[in-house]
Amino acid sequence: MTIGLNQSLPAGAGVPAPAGTRPEAIKAIPVRHWGRWISAAVVVYLVVALVFSFTRNHNVEWHVVWQYLFKQLTLRGMLLTLELTVIAMVLGAVGGVVLAVMRLSDNPVLSTISWVYIWFFRGTPVYVQILLWGNFGALYYKLFAGLPFTGIVFGSALSSRVIGTFAAAILALGLNEMAYAAELVRAGIISVDAGQQEAALSLGMSPTLTMRRVVLPQAMRVIIPTMGNETISMLKTTSLIAVIGGLELLGRLQVVWSQTFQIMPLIVVACIWYLFWTTILTVGQHYLEAYFGKGFGEKEAEAAERRAERRTLRASVALKQPPHDEGRSR
Amino acid sequence: MSGQPEGGHLVDVAAAPTATGQPMVKAEQVWKSFGKLDVLKGIDLEVMPQQTYVLLGPSGGGKSTLLRCINHLEKINAGRLWVGGELMGYRQRGAVLHEMKARDVARQRSLVGMVFQRFNLFPHMTAIENVMESPIHVQHVPRKQADKEAEELLRRVGLGEKLDTYPAQLSGGQQQRVAIARALAMKPKLMLFDEPTSALDPELVGEVLDVMKQLARDGMTMVVVTHEIGFAKEVADGVALMDGGVIVESGPPRDVLVNPREDRTKVFLSKVLA
Repeated sequence: MTIGLNQSLPAGAGVPAPAGTRPEAIKAIPVRHWGRWISAAVVVYLVVALVFSFTRNHNVEWHVVWQYLFKQLTLRGMLLTLELTVIAMVLGAVGGVVLAVMRLSDNPVLSTISWVYIWFFRGTPVYVQILLWGNFGALYYKLFAGLPFTGIVFGSALSSRVIGTFAAAILALGLNEMAYAAELVRAGIISVDAGQQEAALSLGMSPTLTMRRVVLPQAMRVIIPTMGNETISMLKTTSLIAVIGGLELLGRLQVVWSQTFQIMPLIVVACIWYLFWTTILTVGQHYLEAYFGKGFGEKEAEAAERRAERRTLRASVALKQPPHDEGRSR
Repeated sequence: MSGQPEGGHLVDVAAAPTATGQPMVKAEQVWKSFGKLDVLKGIDLEVMPQQTYVLLGPSGGGKSTLLRCINHLEKINAGRLWVGGELMGYRQRGAVLHEMKARDVARQRSLVGMVFQRFNLFPHMTAIENVMESPIHVQHVPRKQADKEAEELLRRVGLGEKLDTYPAQLSGGQQQRVAIARALAMKPKLMLFDEPTSALDPELVGEVLDVMKQLARDGMTMVVVTHEIGFAKEVADGVALMDGGVIVESGPPRDVLVNPREDRTKVFLSKVLA
């Protein structure tokens, strides 16, 4: 280890200045944070009281909560919630990147389209958009594929056939998310140092290649944490689908309580499951951040070491020698 | 030895046929303005193949802008600018100029390497990935070959032990040497250096200048913006002092740096060398 250190320093710098033996560490009484202890005690007292009153509250009807928590209808609703979340987020993320790149493009046609899109979908509440897609048949009874104003029609279908509840939910959530994601991606792209683009361009990379290989991977570092946040938000927003008869988690429970009037226990069931999944997503987000932070944080050293090992191994295989005989170590 | 440039040739310029007599860079009455501000006011410049040309002068004098115009990172407002006999960024049909498409500008730029003051390495790629990136994705060199050539280049700039290290873990001098290797990997005809040592700790300047001197000796054509007068004296074939968007004085270093004609040059040199 000492040898390696000396090697990387210029000649003459490898000799440390003479020093004595390490003296005894300072012993001092640390600052006492009495305020923290007192406030912690008050908070614990209040939390205990809250939990106590909640668990003892008969209106919660805990036996109903347990009865419905793992019931098939709850789990089915939950599955649909997750499906909607994943599909809408994938649509939103991919569309968001496309919209953001369009928005920042030199091409005025692309940039205007993107601007208008974001203006509309950010300018109207997602709840209204869900109602719009859910009742699309009331706006256009039939859908036509053809050229406007020419009378040329390739085919047509009933709106209600094409856009069912699931499709309406995906359209509403996905298209709305695209607009928000576009702004997040755009902020991420702008946050990348302008020198990066210049360096890429000066290496003969086209603007498209520069975006794909240099700018977007770095923008991801900024985007991923916010997209994680968006995913958590989306998981909860899916509950609005209930308004157009969607049978996701809350929708299914709503159907039940409209007949049994067990409103509060079923709301608690919904809360438990939403909290469970948002917790899972929070943990996932942490790992994504770590992954996209490569080259910036502590992990890079490990990654670099693994690569170096692989490289040495490859070289030694090529030379048909064991790795340690090679003489050069990286 | 480790950590220091190894010596040996960085590029093999002799192997590449160079059109003799034709300048590598030629600027004719180049004007560049940002809004109302004229940054370059009629620059005439000729850099012959295998020459090292140093641009000196105070900050804001237009040196960096000129460099950025040469590889068309900035569009010039008037005049003409050729690299290797090709008009940069435009195609001339008769008397009419047509702007080039991004793809064609990219092709022109791939022949001009550029090294920046703040290195601008890609932080999400290791040293060797930085060097391999453009050969693989722009020139479509097979990955194995690109890897081999990149390793060789990094070894020659003294970074054979840092291939798999991310830029954040390299010193400024090491980063700048990776940046030089990255530019050389495209086998450019011309190298532009924009104050390559200005962001470095004083003790790291030497290792970068050593690599640049080696490049100059190898016959690479170079245009260098720098405040390192010593470097200019040692390796420059031509020196120009820029101030206020014009070239105040130019010529061989022994004239401009040792016996300057213009008062502006004398004042600048006395301040830099003080």
